[in-house]
Amino acid sequence: MGTRRVSLRVNGVPQEAEVEPRTLLVYFLREGLGLTGTKVGCDTSSCGSCTVLMDGESVKSCTLLAVQADGREVTTIEGVAEGGELHPLQRAFQENHGLQCGFCTPGMVMAALGYLQKNPTPSEESVRLALEGNLCRCTGYTNIVRSILAAAPAMNGHAAAEAGVPGG
Amino acid sequence: MIPAEFNYEVADSVDHALSLLAGYGPEAKLLAGGHSLIPMMKLRFARPSALVDIGRIAALSYVEQDDGHIRIGAGTRHHDVHHSPLIEAGCPLLSFTAGLIGDPQVRHKGTIGGSVAHGDPASDLPTVLLALDAEFVLTGSGGATRVVPASDFFKGFFETAIGPEEILTEIRVPKLGASSGWSYLKFSRRAQDWAIVGVAAIVERSNGGIGSARVALTNMGATPLRASSVEQALAGAERDAIPAAAAMAPEGTSPTSDTNAGANYRRHLADVLVGRAVEEALGGP
Repeated sequence: MGTRRVSLRVNGVPQEAEVEPRTLLVYFLREGLGLTGTKVGCDTSSCGSCTVLMDGESVKSCTLLAVQADGREVTTIEGVAEGGELHPLQRAFQENHGLQCGFCTPGMVMAALGYLQKNPTPSEESVRLALEGNLCRCTGYTNIVRSILAAAPAMNGHAAAEAGVPGG
Repeated sequence: MIPAEFNYEVADSVDHALSLLAGYGPEAKLLAGGHSLIPMMKLRFARPSALVDIGRIAALSYVEQDDGHIRIGAGTRHHDVHHSPLIEAGCPLLSFTAGLIGDPQVRHKGTIGGSVAHGDPASDLPTVLLALDAEFVLTGSGGATRVVPASDFFKGFFETAIGPEEILTEIRVPKLGASSGWSYLKFSRRAQDWAIVGVAAIVERSNGGIGSARVALTNMGATPLRASSVEQALAGAERDAIPAAAAMAPEGTSPTSDTNAGANYRRHLADVLVGRAVEEALGGP
């Protein structure tokens, strides 16, 4: 059966590795690269704790083979903060108490990030639908939804600042 | 959970995939989005000797139209079916239902062709495509194609008409006209769950009543099923005929009992949901 060479970018860093075809992307990230921020919860593609972005779209890394990520751009929770500064979405989770035990949080942040990057002015209902693939057993979701709604305008400012657009 | 070992090949065209399939023999499986197959492999319900990855064949992902039909490449993802303006305009029942599958992450990977080829009777799209009288294009070696109507396609539990050396390459859906109303109702207990029972209904409206109706059922047997007795009872009928017609929904079905629901409860759900779906498809009084 052998191994296969994969070459992908993870959080902007090129990575090359020999993997067994049956290696799941989540184990490649956690055990191969030491990026343990991505969690394995249910392991049956239900809970969303393993959510990462692949080419900018949220996916469940427990239900993808590492070989399927060959040539792709993967972003994990470790790649969200920039230069030691929390991303506006992470800061919003902190400020709005969007977590309790924290286990689902990396997946929640990644699902929300993928969603907000394409839907910069969401409604509460659309945020709840966007989180359909992520389970939280602590919060009842209220503060998670609040965090994401709070992050949207902050992210728009963030994007504008990155693009050199004057504020005001 | 880790799948059993397998060989992995990337196909760069349908022809290439067919030659790889022929080379590995009947224990090989095609991998598209993998969102039905990989969970089954992790549970070791499926142990293919080889996976032929067709998920990178860009030519399998498209939505096109001609006068009467929408043609969808088998590799088109649920996300793209859900958001396609062409499908929304020509067959809104299909784009609506694609948005009910799994969750956003699943819809970013799962494909319409994968869902159809998997043949799971609890899936939503096979039922909707059966109600729509869709056709499936199967491509064999040398590019030979054959077209199988949905009514002949679903053969049994996870069994379809696709031959061992064929690939489902296109789904053709007749467009719905202005007089068509539609509904898909899916009964499940939690977000992202499979349907305990689902119902697709398409009603051709005629002078405020029903000209004809097409009704199909999810998870009421080993395959998606047309509710033929209901359709006959609704042909040319008025709105007040709906409850009696819906009561015929369990005829010819063979639902299972499992941890979600007993067979009797499924028959009850079929009755109730068919009534609601036909009402919704017919529209306001």
